[in-house]
Amino acid sequence: MIKLSGINKTYYTEATSLHVLKGIDLHIEPGDYVSIMGASGSGKSTLLNILGMLDNYDTGDYYLNNILMKDLSERQAAKYRNEMIGFVFQSFNLINFKNALENVALPLYYRKISRKKRNIIAMEYLDKMGLKDWAYHLPSEMSGGQKQRVAIARAIISGPKVLLADEPTGALDSKTTEEVMQLLTELNKSGITTIIVTHEKSVAEATKKVIHIKDGMIETIESNSKHLNS
Amino acid sequence: MDILQEIWSGLKRNKLRTILTGLSVSWGIFILIVLLGAGNGLKNGVTSNFSDRSTNTVQLWPGRTSLPYKGYQSGRSLSFTEKELKKVELEVTEAVNETPIVDKYLNISYKNEYGSYSVKGTLPHYEQIFNLKFDADGGRFINETDMLENRKVIVIDQRIKEVLFKEESPLGKFVKVDQVMFQVVGVNTKKERWGDGNAYIPYSTAQMVFNPNKKFYSMAMIVEGLETKEENEQFNDRLKENVSQTMLFDPKDTQALWINNSQQNYLQTMSIFNGISLFVLIVGIFTLIAGVVGVSNIMLVTVKERTREIGIRKAIGAPPAQILFTIILESILITAIFGYMGMMAGIGITEVVNMVMEQSAAANPSGMSVFKNPTVNLNYVYFSTMIMIVAGIIAGYMPARKAVKIKPIEAMRDEN
Repeated sequence: MIKLSGINKTYYTEATSLHVLKGIDLHIEPGDYVSIMGASGSGKSTLLNILGMLDNYDTGDYYLNNILMKDLSERQAAKYRNEMIGFVFQSFNLINFKNALENVALPLYYRKISRKKRNIIAMEYLDKMGLKDWAYHLPSEMSGGQKQRVAIARAIISGPKVLLADEPTGALDSKTTEEVMQLLTELNKSGITTIIVTHEKSVAEATKKVIHIKDGMIETIESNSKHLNS
Repeated sequence: MDILQEIWSGLKRNKLRTILTGLSVSWGIFILIVLLGAGNGLKNGVTSNFSDRSTNTVQLWPGRTSLPYKGYQSGRSLSFTEKELKKVELEVTEAVNETPIVDKYLNISYKNEYGSYSVKGTLPHYEQIFNLKFDADGGRFINETDMLENRKVIVIDQRIKEVLFKEESPLGKFVKVDQVMFQVVGVNTKKERWGDGNAYIPYSTAQMVFNPNKKFYSMAMIVEGLETKEENEQFNDRLKENVSQTMLFDPKDTQALWINNSQQNYLQTMSIFNGISLFVLIVGIFTLIAGVVGVSNIMLVTVKERTREIGIRKAIGAPPAQILFTIILESILITAIFGYMGMMAGIGITEVVNMVMEQSAAANPSGMSVFKNPTVNLNYVYFSTMIMIVAGIIAGYMPARKAVKIKPIEAMRDEN
């Protein structure tokens, strides 16, 4: 599903340059359930941004679903993001003046699906998340856990191959963290390749593979024994 | 339709700001329309004063020489004789329908009513030159038979008829003009702007009865084939040169002959009004530009405020072209809706002013108008619509470019 070879990324500022990713090689199979851990500044968020085509890389190759994602125009990147990738963020990133239903339906708007049809689909997804009754509420009227579930519904409504989550539980308490992780695990079981950036051990333990990043390089990739047995 | 709903939900969030911004555009268009209307009103008013006159009338008056010429002293009073008339008829090919005007100030009386009026001895085509009007029961002007037979017939203006005849019909009645009886054959109903009205008698009769020395002090003609200001100036010079040969004055003498070329006056006035129209247009457009800058400014603020939202939309897969299009369309929508309101208000004001003025004109028909029909025609409406759309695109373009350049990762990192 995802194949990275020799990915390098350097950020330039006026005076200095910062080499963030130093030759990342990584292979993620379809249906994998992976977490990426590392200290602040280790490059894990940059890696996720490159995977999500929100940022570009300097050298190396990135294949997503056997398509080379290199030197994409903004238009192409937007198209691939819409078709193949779902994002979940730490700060939810819901549009605050749109209600839950409209937020969930938004990716379909950019696929030129009619308003009526996309609202029906969005309602189905909200129902799956157990938020049917909250469909017409604004994000400001919801709890953190509810907002993240709305965000997850929005991420998967367009049927992505890959779900990228950047600290999805960073703003949640331990009880809702557990709920959200259960949800992500279920989604992974339904076949979506899931990659989670986190620094919480409990979150990493829920995934099948943990990739440790340090100073822009992959330190280790460990498989969770708990999952190997199951 | 979907995209309009997207924009509408954005505009609704900032109602007050949207309205205030939009009003600057309304105001700009309003001022543009009102100024154009006022400019048109002035132009229409002045042209209406020209239009009840044939636009290519040239009238001549002899003056007093200011330069010595061929042994003659300066300061000599000049007058026309039939020599000049014949010469112009023969040699000035652009001039047609020449008529001498023998103008005497005489008493005219009917029964107990009398008054002093300007009595003009003219040829029949005076009627065409000065566009006289005769109602269906108003009789006729002087004709060729009157001329040949030196008939004592007279045509009077409506104002003289009102004074001498009151309600009575004057046709066929006899009036006494300075001791000589004349039969009234016509009443001219064309409004004169000043004076008590004129009476007209055949030129031949006038020369015989009232003008023993046969000299006269005015000549009028219709001139054909002149278009430009330069052509008219050249024509005036040639005419002056022509009559100077028999009247014996220096063609360079500016005091010897007075020429009123109505087409030249018309062209001069028109060029002034074209200048005024241009000026008004420029002022209006600059006012509008102030409004457009306002819209652009607010769109910039909107984009800044919505950085995070735009970032989210891009992460979800909004194509850059659509972001650009949405912002520009939003800007066009603001300028078009508020511009339309301003345009309607402007057209409303000009129509109301026009209505009031038409009513007061109807109450006072003889009033001379310098301001008439201050409305704009449909072309200006199309023009304004075009301007509003162009203004919207210009106002929206810069902010939209800014929105397109927003990087999702940076936008979503923003804490707001």
